Amino acid sequence: MILLETKGARILIVDDETQIRRLLKVALAGHGYEVEEVAAGQEGLNRAALFRPDLVILDLGLPDVGGIEVVRRLREWSKVPVIILSVKEQEEDKVSALDAGADDYVTKPFGMGELLARIRAALRHAAGPGEEPVLEFDDLVVDMAHRHVNVGGTDVRLTPTEYDLVKTFALNAGKVLTHKYLLRTIWGPAYENDTHYLRVYIGQLRRKLESDPSRPRHIITEPGVGYRLL
Amino acid sequence: MLREKRADPDELLACLEKENCGKLTVFLGAAAGVGKTYAMLEAAKERLAEGVDVVVGLVETHGRADTEGMLEGMPMVPTRKMEYKGRTFAEMDLDALLARRPQLALVDELAHTNIPGSRHLKRYQDVEELLTAGINVYTSLNIQHLETLNDIVAQITEVSVRETVPDRFLEIASQIQLIDIPPEELIQRLKEGKVYVPGQAAAALKKFFRPGNINALRELALRYTAQRVDRQLESYMRVHGIAGPWPTGEKVMVCVSASPFSAQLIRYAKRMATRLQAEWLAVHVDSPRRLAGSEAERDFKAKNLHLAEQLGAETIGLSGEDIAEEIAELAKKRNVSQIIIGKPEHTRLWDLMHGSLVDQVIRRSQGISIHVIPGHQEQTGLGTTWYRAKDSSRRDKAEALSPAPFLISAAAMALLTLILHPFTAALGLVNVAMLYLLPILITAARWGMRPAIFSAVLGLITFDFLFVPPVLTFTVDDVRYLITFVIFLLVGIITGSLSTRLKKQVTYSRQRETRVSALYALSRDIAAVDKLNEVLESIARNVADSLDGQVVLLLPNEKGKLELQQSSAQDNFLTESELAVATWVFERGQKAGRGTETLGAAEGLYLPMATEQGTQGVLGIRFKTGEGQFEPERLRLLEGFVGLAAMSINRIKLTEQARQAQTLAESERLRSALFNSLSHDLRTPLASIIGAVTGLLEETQAVFSPEARRDLLKTILFGAERMNRFVNNLLDMARLESGLLKLNKDWCDIQDIVGVAIGRLGEQLASRPLSIRIQPDLPMLEADFMLIEQVLVNLLDNALKYSEPESKISISAQVRVNRMETTVSNLGQGIPQADLAKVFDKFYRLNSPLQVSGTGLGLAICKEIIELHGGKIWASNTPAGGVEITFYLPVNPIPDKVLGREEGDSAGN
Repeated sequence: MILLETKGARILIVDDETQIRRLLKVALAGHGYEVEEVAAGQEGLNRAALFRPDLVILDLGLPDVGGIEVVRRLREWSKVPVIILSVKEQEEDKVSALDAGADDYVTKPFGMGELLARIRAALRHAAGPGEEPVLEFDDLVVDMAHRHVNVGGTDVRLTPTEYDLVKTFALNAGKVLTHKYLLRTIWGPAYENDTHYLRVYIGQLRRKLESDPSRPRHIITEPGVGYRLL
Repeated sequence: MLREKRADPDELLACLEKENCGKLTVFLGAAAGVGKTYAMLEAAKERLAEGVDVVVGLVETHGRADTEGMLEGMPMVPTRKMEYKGRTFAEMDLDALLARRPQLALVDELAHTNIPGSRHLKRYQDVEELLTAGINVYTSLNIQHLETLNDIVAQITEVSVRETVPDRFLEIASQIQLIDIPPEELIQRLKEGKVYVPGQAAAALKKFFRPGNINALRELALRYTAQRVDRQLESYMRVHGIAGPWPTGEKVMVCVSASPFSAQLIRYAKRMATRLQAEWLAVHVDSPRRLAGSEAERDFKAKNLHLAEQLGAETIGLSGEDIAEEIAELAKKRNVSQIIIGKPEHTRLWDLMHGSLVDQVIRRSQGISIHVIPGHQEQTGLGTTWYRAKDSSRRDKAEALSPAPFLISAAAMALLTLILHPFTAALGLVNVAMLYLLPILITAARWGMRPAIFSAVLGLITFDFLFVPPVLTFTVDDVRYLITFVIFLLVGIITGSLSTRLKKQVTYSRQRETRVSALYALSRDIAAVDKLNEVLESIARNVADSLDGQVVLLLPNEKGKLELQQSSAQDNFLTESELAVATWVFERGQKAGRGTETLGAAEGLYLPMATEQGTQGVLGIRFKTGEGQFEPERLRLLEGFVGLAAMSINRIKLTEQARQAQTLAESERLRSALFNSLSHDLRTPLASIIGAVTGLLEETQAVFSPEARRDLLKTILFGAERMNRFVNNLLDMARLESGLLKLNKDWCDIQDIVGVAIGRLGEQLASRPLSIRIQPDLPMLEADFMLIEQVLVNLLDNALKYSEPESKISISAQVRVNRMETTVSNLGQGIPQADLAKVFDKFYRLNSPLQVSGTGLGLAICKEIIELHGGKIWASNTPAGGVEITFYLPVNPIPDKVLGREEGDSAGN
């Protein structure tokens, strides 16, 4: 894995809870990030325009403009990666925010290590996959120039749909892809709600790509949200 | 037999001992003029001087000057003037008195009968109400007015007293003061005009106030008081455990028939029972041979049994072929020591024919004393009104005197005569006589006794006049024809009486059948129902249909106020005043309204629906038809209905209460479990967090080594994670229980769920050998992914916690028929068989040698989730040692458009 230089990246925190803001500021500054914090949605949007952050950490439960709305308005003019902070009770909002364009989510309470990993992944993803035709994830190699997939040196035969799925995952490596996004991208907008297609293909893919399909290492399920490739 | 609820002396006594019931003091005298009222006023004045709030409710001075003098200065509640038959009467104003609520009320002449239109028929009922309201009462009474002494007094004085007070009423008196003066003095006072106003005095004196009479009455009064003192002494000895000769287990039984004479027997039995301090029963035997014929008789029977019940007897109704046998049998069964039976007024011939009942009972008595009381007709019903009986017997007569049967039988006779007359010679007189029996027989069979006799006499006359020589005269040549005449009459009488009896039996059994089937219909309707309004609805409908009236059902609301709950018709007759009557009935537990002795002016008749648990409510009925609306038969049916209704309402109430109590106990248990859990599961991690954090914060110099610091930080992390789990569990449980949780069902792959669950447990599970056996090609599940994942996480977490470190954990999933079974098992200690089901209870925790921390909610949450999905979860011990928890979820066929669509269609080559 290539470690991209992410030190010094500018992060905007939008959260109404002082405790959380303080914690994040201390922890992220400690890790070398430049941090700005605001307590409300509208203020967050204004600040994003001025501060030009490299990444936004956004709480879903804001008192004024809701988190989903903030993502939507932000996406009107910016591609800045957004990580959602949510609690367990906000599953649907979380998915909506992801569908609206947020890049990832962390559920409160979260471990700092996990958050940092997500920040790094999002920043890396924002930097773009580059022009590399071959992407490697441990023993999983996706060669997009030749439409080849190989695991631990062995070629794997995939159906066209399976390959499209793997390619979509690989291009968005580390990012959560919602069910809706995957269905729309692979099968088309009419299939947005046919989750069982996805379940069946993920099952098939895992049997082909994972050494133990019950303990997948590459295609990770995000319960109630979607999948991500590691 | 339906027992009407009445004031039980014991209960009343018990009530009197409490402070909320008034105390009754009775000034008892042998006769009028002994100075009861005076003594009562004297005592009241003393109380007044002591500062007691005394009020005169009603005192009759009879114009006596010294009594009137005593009344001066006493606070009074003005009497109520009431019009009756053009005259004005002064009656005690009960409502004003109740509203005034004095400590002590004076009410003279306890035995007085109120003017029609008053609330109660009798004044003692007014007094009862005052006592119940907590007002003490002073009252006066002459011994002759006591119910059980009524007959004796009538025998002694030859003056029958109509106004009586039931004995039980005197039994509730906390004090009886006997007012006694020598007879000479009384007669002297009478002569001086101090007793009655002059004019009436002479007549009264002559008839009643003879020294012999007065002495006899004095004896009665003294004896009654002495008996009471005796009983008080005895109860005192009993209460204080003083040993003494106690009365033996005497039991008195009185045989009650449907004759007015039985009332006398009942009173005799009551006196005997009181004297012997024995229990007593009143028994009536119905025999098919002696089926209570007329309405009047049946009514007398009911009235007699009712009287016995009022006097404190246990009443028993039996039926059997052999009355004597039934009586003897019951006596033996109930250990009766004395039987009281009336000497019937039958002729010796009747006895010879039917056998004497008394003789039969005596023959079978075997060591039981039999008291045979000679009967004589009472002059009147002794204070009881019998208008109902009279009404119905008149109706019986009217039926019998309908002219049609007579006319028809006369016409038949005439027709027969016309046909037979030309053939006299050919047929012969014997055959003609035989043929004449025919119309008599038919008439008897069809219309009973009277038309039969009429027909027999008519036939006899016709036969004699037209056929028996000398023809066309009533004289008879041949004396042998007299035999023929006697036969005519006998045939008429015997056949007639047979058919009359048969008809009565038929009518009676038909009535019974109607009653029984009506009651059956109701009981069947309400037996299985456990919703109150449905039961009430069917009660109202059934009663209204069976009795042809309009029915209202009133039940108390939460505040105990009576409210209309159900009415058989759209508009009901419940006006303000009707509701007041119903409320009175509810409060007193006695029937009232039209056709009763209390509040008879009301539109409807109201009966309390009473059970042992108290009055459940009130049933009111307004009969539609004017005629015969208060027939005893209908009233009996109504009482049957009311009893049934009361029982079923009570049943529903009790069920409801039991259910609530259970729910309450359950929620109580849960609440305390929750508190325990909260205090333990939140405090323990908090304690470790705060401890570790303060330790780190207060570190001014580097006390802790880097490892120690790390340990402290780990402690904080574990504590926080534990609290997080706990809060999550509580929230999950709350969401599941609130019913707000909506299943977010979607197609899921169980393998995917297993994978996520394993990933969720991460480190914990990584140290354990894990066996995953998932049947290949399992169908998709339609379920809420996250909830099923939660179930698996909880099950795995549980399996980890209750097994030794590094022991194996297994997960398996397979399809059985149309269910997908998933099992999580460990190799931990088994669960006791009895607790296998309990592990899914909230806050249930296994006793485990392993130090297990948990909320006791995990498995309860699993159960809720699985059941929401229409599945089932259970725990069992594995043969290999260990515990496995299995759940299944229903498998539905999926819309199979995609499966295997691209099989073999590979990319890249």
